[in-house]
Amino acid sequence: MNSNLLLLAIPGTAFAAFLLPLLLQRFGRVAATLAAAAVIGSCLALVLQLAPAVFAGETQLARLSWLPIYGLDLSLRMDGLGLLFSVLICGIGLLVVLYAFYYLPGSDRMGRFYSILLLFMAAMLGIVLSENLLLLLVFWEITSLSSFLLVAYSHDKYESRIGARMALAVTGGGGLALLAGILLLGHIAGSYELSVILAAGDQIRAHALYAPTLILILLGAFTKSAQFPFHFWLPNAMSAPTPVSAYLHSATMVKAGVFLLARLHPALGGTDAWFWLVSGTGAVTLVYSAATALFRHDIKGLLAYSTISHLGLITLLFGLDTPLSIVAGVFHIINHAIFKASLFMAAGVIDHECGTRDMRRVNGMFKRMPITASLAIIAASSMAGVPLLNGFLSKEMFFAETVGHPQFEAISWLLPLVATIAGMLAVAYSLRFVHDVFFNGEPIDLPRQPHEPPRWMRAPIELLVLLCLLVGVFPAWTVAPLLDVAAAATLQAPIPAFELALWHGFNRPLMMSLLALAGGVFIYALRGPLFAWQAQLPPLRPRTAFERVYRLFAAAARRVVAVLDNGSLQRYNALLFSFILLLGGWAFFSGPAATLRLPTQPAGEAAYIALFALLLGSMGGTLLYRKRLLAVTLVGVVGLVVALIFVRLSAPDLALTQLAVETGTIILMLLVLYYLPAREAPRSSASRLGRDLLLAFFAGGGMMLITLKMLAAPFATISGFYLREAVPGGGGTNVVNVILVDFRGFDTLGEVTVLAMVALASHALLERLVLTAPSHDSDGRPWSSEAHPLFLSMLVRPLLPLTLTVSVYIFLRGHNLPGGGFVAGLITSVALVVQYLANGNLFAQRRLPRNSAGLLSLGLLLAVGVGMASWLFGRPFLTTAHGHVSLPLIGEFELASAMIFDLGVYVVVVTVVVTVLSGLGRLSERAHSQEAVN
Amino acid sequence: MEVLLSIAIGVLTACGVFLILRSRTFPVLLGLTLLSYAVNLFLFASGRLRIDAPPLIRAGASYADPLPQALVLTAIVIGFGMTAYLAILALRALSESGADHVDAHREP
Repeated sequence: MNSNLLLLAIPGTAFAAFLLPLLLQRFGRVAATLAAAAVIGSCLALVLQLAPAVFAGETQLARLSWLPIYGLDLSLRMDGLGLLFSVLICGIGLLVVLYAFYYLPGSDRMGRFYSILLLFMAAMLGIVLSENLLLLLVFWEITSLSSFLLVAYSHDKYESRIGARMALAVTGGGGLALLAGILLLGHIAGSYELSVILAAGDQIRAHALYAPTLILILLGAFTKSAQFPFHFWLPNAMSAPTPVSAYLHSATMVKAGVFLLARLHPALGGTDAWFWLVSGTGAVTLVYSAATALFRHDIKGLLAYSTISHLGLITLLFGLDTPLSIVAGVFHIINHAIFKASLFMAAGVIDHECGTRDMRRVNGMFKRMPITASLAIIAASSMAGVPLLNGFLSKEMFFAETVGHPQFEAISWLLPLVATIAGMLAVAYSLRFVHDVFFNGEPIDLPRQPHEPPRWMRAPIELLVLLCLLVGVFPAWTVAPLLDVAAAATLQAPIPAFELALWHGFNRPLMMSLLALAGGVFIYALRGPLFAWQAQLPPLRPRTAFERVYRLFAAAARRVVAVLDNGSLQRYNALLFSFILLLGGWAFFSGPAATLRLPTQPAGEAAYIALFALLLGSMGGTLLYRKRLLAVTLVGVVGLVVALIFVRLSAPDLALTQLAVETGTIILMLLVLYYLPAREAPRSSASRLGRDLLLAFFAGGGMMLITLKMLAAPFATISGFYLREAVPGGGGTNVVNVILVDFRGFDTLGEVTVLAMVALASHALLERLVLTAPSHDSDGRPWSSEAHPLFLSMLVRPLLPLTLTVSVYIFLRGHNLPGGGFVAGLITSVALVVQYLANGNLFAQRRLPRNSAGLLSLGLLLAVGVGMASWLFGRPFLTTAHGHVSLPLIGEFELASAMIFDLGVYVVVVTVVVTVLSGLGRLSERAHSQEAVN
Repeated sequence: MEVLLSIAIGVLTACGVFLILRSRTFPVLLGLTLLSYAVNLFLFASGRLRIDAPPLIRAGASYADPLPQALVLTAIVIGFGMTAYLAILALRALSESGADHVDAHREP
């Protein structure tokens, strides 16, 4: 099997199947658990399939095109670092699934829990296997979102919601910084693919934008890995169920940040800026959090701060930036994941059994759960760096690296001192955890009677602790190969010579270790005075401070929204027009300066008269808009003048369409006008009037200037093709019609579809719409009681066949002379509606088609069908054909398949206009019958 | 001719914008109609103004730009569809709220 497909299948499987537990939960908790385990197991199997090649030193790549023009592809990479993390993610994931089955209460159906967990795991796998940095960012954001859901899993608890929100705000904000950083990095390197970026380290470091790029990417990594001062979200995320903490805060979520450091180290590392920023942040986090951990009374709180502290240690190691410190950093990632996962699980067991995690009350557990206690003691010793355990090995390597670091020659004592103090604090808090929980007398006032947990709940802890021991005692036989490939992939260079062994002789690191152990015991012995001293310090409450800032922002956002979105359409329109004015003004004044020369077509008196009529109509209509009938009439005049303008300026098709539409619009307006409340609209306030006049003035003036500028700019048309090809390609001499039904037929199809939607929506709105018919108009004149004046109805009837004939004629000649489906459709529908108006409902209902949905479908089907017919001839959609046909008597004439398309347009237009206008007309019938009832 | 058309477009826009900003549905409909006239004329003018040159292929003639004409033709019809839809929406709002204010719920 192709290994590339295998690689794609790893996150592919996880993403495809993450909903499986949710779907299977109706078969019970066991089914959901098995489904989750099966998904993770398959991912792990796929990872292991690829492992031999990685151990052979290959970097495997896989690529699927996604959005190549933006440099975003689904490209994945499996190298040593990816392999290490994938194994951790899947392996610990499996254990967490088993553990959670026992941890969560039996009333929980588990489907939701496992599905979110799988989604999170899929995203984590995506991060560590991404070859494309943009893709990595997508997965990065998915981990932020899914971890939000996991932390807030017990969403009925206030603590959970606050903790989840804080985690999302901090990591999400960091994600934004990371996005900016990655965009800069891609800009510098010219690609978002890691293979390119990792090879372009020198180019990146020498670039002027290196510093901002580095800072932005580090912000992303530090927020995710809870580095000082962004660490405060992690202790608050402890409100998550313990399996979530065991997973997110040992092997996955928080490790994503240090993963990013490891991944991008070859591209960004090796500079002073990297050294000081990364190692400085790491060192501060390491010591500060270790000290804080000592004073936490909550078991999970202690573990949370110790996690931050260990992440600080790993960050510091990457910051020290020697080949061996990188190796040590990668090694500590493995070790921390193993012992911290087991410690969180043990803490969960204690919480589960005791009902509380307060170390001032949970005491003497060794007697009650000796096996769990032994396991936890071993894991805690590993955390403290006791020999024979895995934590000792990486801590020794860390101590060795702090001694004689090249950057610290002047103050060579400082770094070992910091490291030793951190080591002492780690010993002290580990000792506190062990001594307080498992010994220290008898428990105080526990809600439950604790005893050993179920056999299989302990199994994951047993396995992890066994790993602690195996790695600690036989490092060369267990972890060495994996560490070698992972470190080589991190360094992108051959790894330095080092020896994974317990005994290196009496050297400085060993002295530091012993000093740390002794110092830690000493600090713990002094805990009484230390706690008393801590209790009188002013409390630090990052959570309430965060909440205060958060509420401030939320309130400010609400105020902004209240100003913009106050529910007034007038306000929206005013804002919209103002914004358009700003944009238009900016474009107008910043546009390229072209040589402007206004052409002047001769105007003639007729043009002045037309302009006068247009001004009269539009300004009159605007000034007199309260006199509705008069305003409609004046606007109608404007429409007619516009049609005349089209006639004069060589656009006969537009003139015809405009005329027909004008008729329809007037009928529409009159129908609407009939129902409006009789009372006149109140006058606007002076300030409102001023604002609107100002907007209108600038909009009108701006449009006039833009038109002048456009007309004066040099003109280059793109229509040459259409003029050339209309007759040979489209078989018609009316170029506008040929464009509509042939060259740009697809656009027209879209447009008639929109029209059909208008008809359907109008039909739905008119359904069961009841309005009361007013007795008189806004000027107080009573409406005529004569429904259908005899003179009008008699005059109109003979007009129908005449108009229909005209419309058929217009339709048929459309391809060659002004006309076509649109115009013919409008003429036909106006003719039908006029019948309707003059003769009333009863007359019309017997004659007009009522099934508008059917007719609309027919029209669209005609248009689409003729388009698809071209497939039968192996041509693209909507290719037209035309030819000459000769009929007896009539003679030879040209027939184009585009005509059928035009027929579809015609049917849709007729249906739309008739549906809308006759629907409005039918309202009056209902209104009057309503009146009769009243 | 160019100057006259620019004035016409400017005035139509100004009137349209002013009417769209009114508080009752009917002037908004009128304003929309006027504004669409302005926009159609503007689009049409982007093909420049030609007299006696309709885009109908015949021997030895020169032609106005057919592309803006095709665009405007559909724009006219769509504009009608939109006006009709808004008109019906206004009536529906009138029937449900009893007022023809554009923000029906804040009827004085």
